[in-house]
Parts: sequence; structure tokens; C-alpha cells
Amino acid sequence: MTEPLLRVRDLKTYFVTERGGGTARAVDGVSFDVHPGETLGIVGESGCGKTVTSLSILRLIPEPPGHILSGSLIEFEGRNLLTLRPPELRAIRGNEVAMIFQEPMTSLNPVFTVGDQIAEAAIVHQRLPRKRARARAIEMLRLVGIPDPEERVDHYPHQLSGGMSQRVMIAMALVCHPKLLIADEPTTALDVTIQAQILELLDRLQAELGMAVLLITHDLGIVAGTSDRVVVMYAGQVVETAATPELFAHPLHPYTEGLMAAVPRIDTRVSQVRGRLHTIPGQVPAASAWPAGCRFHPRCPYAWDRCTVEEPPLLDAGRGEPGSHAVRCWLLTEPRRRTRQA
Amino acid sequence: MTAWLVRRVAAAIAIVWAVVTVTFVLVHVAPGTPFLPPAETPVDPAVLERLRSQFGLDRPLSEQYVRYLREIARGNLGESFALHRPVADALAEALPNTLTLAGAALCIEFVLGLALGVYQAARARRFGDVALGNATLFLYSVPTFWLGLLLLVVFGQWLRWFPVGGVVDVVTHESLPWAGRVADRLWHLALPAGTLGLVGAAATARFERAAMLEVLGQDYVRTARAKGLPERRVVLGHALRNALLPFVTLFGLAFPFLLTGAVLVETVFAWPGMGRLAAEAIFRRDYPVVTAAAMLASGMVVLGSLLADLLYAAADPRIRTSAA
Ligand SMILES: Nc1ncnc2c1ncn2[C@@H]1O[C@H](COP(=O)(O)OP(=O)(O)O)[C@@H](O)[C@H]1O
Ligand SMILES: [Mg+2]
Repeated sequence: MTEPLLRVRDLKTYFVTERGGGTARAVDGVSFDVHPGETLGIVGESGCGKTVTSLSILRLIPEPPGHILSGSLIEFEGRNLLTLRPPELRAIRGNEVAMIFQEPMTSLNPVFTVGDQIAEAAIVHQRLPRKRARARAIEMLRLVGIPDPEERVDHYPHQLSGGMSQRVMIAMALVCHPKLLIADEPTTALDVTIQAQILELLDRLQAELGMAVLLITHDLGIVAGTSDRVVVMYAGQVVETAATPELFAHPLHPYTEGLMAAVPRIDTRVSQVRGRLHTIPGQVPAASAWPAGCRFHPRCPYAWDRCTVEEPPLLDAGRGEPGSHAVRCWLLTEPRRRTRQA
Repeated sequence: MTAWLVRRVAAAIAIVWAVVTVTFVLVHVAPGTPFLPPAETPVDPAVLERLRSQFGLDRPLSEQYVRYLREIARGNLGESFALHRPVADALAEALPNTLTLAGAALCIEFVLGLALGVYQAARARRFGDVALGNATLFLYSVPTFWLGLLLLVVFGQWLRWFPVGGVVDVVTHESLPWAGRVADRLWHLALPAGTLGLVGAAATARFERAAMLEVLGQDYVRTARAKGLPERRVVLGHALRNALLPFVTLFGLAFPFLLTGAVLVETVFAWPGMGRLAAEAIFRRDYPVVTAAAMLASGMVVLGSLLADLLYAAADPRIRTSAA
């Protein structure tokens, strides 16, 4: 296989909360690779550390209270982003690695025009003169499917709908043709119909521009249609990773199973959804209080005494190439227990 | 927009009228009378009576009020009891001094206050921020006249860096060349404007620090960083532009404080401005001067807040584009 574009190894991002709460281990030893041109999906419920993972990559974590522990590695094209000096890091941000966020409306600066905000990265990174940067902004607006780009370029964010704002965010992120786009729940805040349009747009742009995408979502359904590989996160850790078809065909971690049961199927009628849609009991604990042993054990239907005391490592599932499907679950060592469901 | 402006101007006139009316009633019903020389000199009651009737003070208050309103509607502010000259002349002489003082103080307040606030927010909770936070809290809590006296004693009397009072050096000023006269004025302006400006700067810094901290936590600031912008551009370009919006409103609020502060500072530094004129007029029960000064001050305050609202509308695209 090709050299990975982005290598994340044993990433640990902790928050020291002042008021007693102790240390929040929001991201606690996460590893994954993103290869050129591919889409990697990161899935997990809210509070599992997806956003903190994505922000850590570009070192956008507010410090304090957050900090990335030494021993973590974030390597982009062979350079460790965690040891880069600020100017070198800035040369990568928005230029080679760009990012879009969950809330497009609040992620745009209300006092600057859409055009100025799109042009800015081109001016800073490529030293484009203002006129040409503006022309580039119009071109980007057209690329992301905004009607009347010559007019829209002078509009302010409050004049745009949520879907339009996210298109503008995408235009802004892609203006320098980055090699990697990190999209943190890009459709979560949008209407369902708009969601599909934005995902389609991302898909088309990825094909046109040949970039890699790190797509973060809490919705396995989104991942199914877009990602080449999937990383399932729970409680600050990777609990399962596999190629998308493999994951959907053979989900091994009980958490992944639970997420899949929660995905509404296209063929389910709305009336059935309420009754049949299965959700995982309980909720993600606070990052300052991960359970001992396997962090999922309090919510796991198969958990036995070993799970409550001993934390499982990421184990190779032994399917396909070594390491291509890995699971953090003791069931891999005692598969017979899966049948004895509670 | 036009309808809004008309409403605002009408409200402004109503406010000034209310201030004039209240002041008019207050000075007349307050104990004490005009034309009283120092207590030890005997005064002929007949003379006093003649003066009172000459200025119409023997008429019923309602009649005096109606006449006063008619006169100011004609642009006549009346005659000062104590200064023996038209009130308009006295105000015209004092107003430029106060405006100079307030303008210089406003510059110090905004430039210094903004710079400190932005610096503190960018270094929040680190040493520089904490030290400056204590300094501004101190300046913010001491009385203005106390700070004025402190600066006067230290820089005026002990170090003799600055003059202790007045607008110009009365002995040498006229003989100075053009540039020298400007320097002389600035030199006299330094302590009073510094006093007033420092107090204002402390308030501004505290306000702007909070506004900046709020803005720096916004999503769009993270977007700006994610774009790879230098920190300077993030803070001064993206964050400050937003943190200036509430600050524009503060400008409207700062103006009245500046005027009341000017009264105290003018007294401490013997600065012949509106504040001193009004204060002396109150002691002498010089009704026309007191009322006119109150009218002028309230006029400036409502004008200031109107200006602030216009500025805000111009600065915030969310308001600008919806009004257009
Ligand atoms: N600035 C912060 N300070 C303290 N804790 C934080 C901060 N940001 C995130 N966390 C904690 O980290 C955990 C993971 O958060 P996040 O990455 O936002 O989850 P996700 O994106 O998967 O919903 C949560 O428990 C959250 O409370
Ligand atoms: Mg998130």
C-alpha cells in the first residue's frame, strides 16, 4: 500500500478542568492512518472524543485547559505536526490540511463578507493579489454550487442559510486545494435534505480535487455511503477499525453492533422506526470518569467479570490482511460468549 | 432608517427639554438666593430687591419658566447674574476648553484602554494580564479627584514635570512661536487629560478584555486559526473587529462619565471649562448659567449616544445590510 498521508499514533489529548473534575482524558491513545485520496470515517456517539481528535491534528485545541501528551505522534507527509514551530504549522493549516466544522453559521465571521473570508487563505498562503483572490473566491463559490457567485461573494454570513453557509465553509477550506480535508460532523446541524446535498458535494469535490477526507460523524449511515475505511471511537479510544464493507458485513465490537442497530434502514417505514430502532442503553460517561476495565462494559450486553477489571487491547480480528480489521474486545479471545446474550 | 432617525432626534429633544425643566425647577426651589455677597459684608435689602425684579425673579415661577423657554427657543440663553455678561459668551469661552480636555481624555481612554484590553485577553490569566488587571481595578475604583490630586502632587509639585494648573502659561504663552504655543497647550493638558483618560482607560480595558475573551472563544476564531492565519491577524483582524462592536456602544455610555469626570478634574487643575463654570455657578446660585450648562451637557450626551448608535449600525453588517 502507499505511504499514508496522515499517521496518528497513540494520540492523547487531556483537559485539566479547574473545578475539581480532574483530568478529562478526551482522547486516550488513538491511532489511525489516512491514505492519499481516500475517505476515512470516524464514528462514535457524542462525547467520544471525535472533535478533540480532529482539532488535535491541526493543534487547534485550546491550551490551557487542553494539552496533547508527549509520546503522541501526528505525522503529515512524514513531518510530525506536534513538534513543528508555529510558522511551519501555519503553512500547513488551511493550505495542505483544511477543516470544516459542525456549525457552519457560527464558524463564519459575521463582520466579513463571504468573499473576503474565502480569499483570505489564498492571500496568506499563495500570496495572491486581492483582485485575483477575489476572482478565485467567485470560482470557489461556483465550484461548491452556490448560485449567482458574483453577487454572493459580497454577501455577509447572516444572509446565508445553513446549507449555503456550509458550502461557503467548504469553498473556504478548499481554496488552496488541500491534500486532506477534515470534516467534523459537516451535516449534523443541517436539514436532512440539505445533508444529502452536502455529502454529495463533498464526494464530487473529492473526486475532482483528489484529496483525502477525514469524515467525522455520529451516524454510521453516513459513513456507509462515503467512507473507504471506518474507525469506531468510544470513550476516547478506537474500539474497532476495518474497511467499510468488512465492517458492515462483520461488525465485531458490541458497540459497533449497537450503532448499526441504531441506523434506520431505508426500507423501514417511519412507523416501524420507533418500535424497532434499537439504541444502546445508557450514555457515554464523562471523559474525566471512564470506567475501569473495558470502557464499554457498563453498557455491553456480553460483559463478564474480566471486562470489568482488564482493559482489552486492540486485537487483530484475523480477517483479511493482518491489522486490517482490529477490535478492542475480549470477545475475540472467547467468541463463544457472544451467543450467551443477556 | 430615516423614520428611526426622526424618532431618535425627537427623543433627544424631549430629553434635553426634560433636563432643562428639572434643572430650572431645582435651582429655583433649592435654598439660597443669587446676588448674595460674602456673609460678612452688609447688604442693603432694597438693592437686593431691585436686582431680583430686574432679573424677573420676583415673578411667579411658572411665568419665569415660560419666559425662559421662549427665550432659549429664540436662542437667547440670558444674562449671568454673577459674571455680568451673556451666558452664551461664558459658555463659548468654557466649552472649547472642556472639549479639548474631554477629547484628549477620550483618545487616551480608547487607545490605551483598547490596547490594554486586547493585550490582556490575548494573555489571559498569565502574569501580564493579572498585573494589569490589578492596576486597572485600582484605577477604576479610586475617585477621579483623588487620582487628579495624586498626579498633581507627584508630577506637578514634586517632580515639576508638568504645570499644576491652567490652560496655558499666562506669562510666556503669547510670546511663543506657533509650535511652542501648541506644545505649551499640550504640556498643560497632560495632567488633567491624563487623569481623566487613565480612569476611563481602566474601565475600557476591563470592558474590552471581557469582550475580547468572549470573541476569542467563538467558532469563527477557530476557523481563522484553522486557515493558517498568523496569530496577529486572528486577534487583530478577526477577533477585534467583532469585539469593537460592543465597544462602540460603550462610547455612548462613556461620554456622560467623561463630562462628570471633567467637572472634578477641571476643579482640581483649575481648568477653565464647563465643569468649573457650572460648579461655580451652582455655588453662586447663578440660575441662567446652571440651566444652560445642564442643557448643553445633556445635549452632548444624547448626541453622543445617537452617534454611537449610528456608528454601531455602520460597523455591524447585520444591521447595516438589513437597514439598507
Ligand atoms: N475544552 C474542553 N475542556 C474540557 N473538556 C473538554 C473540552 N473539549 C472537549 N472536552 C471533553 O472531551 C470529551 C470529548 O469531546 P468531543 O471530542 O467534543 O466529543 P465528540 O466530538 O465525539 O462528540 C467530552 O467528554 C468533552 O466534555
Ligand atoms: Mg463533536
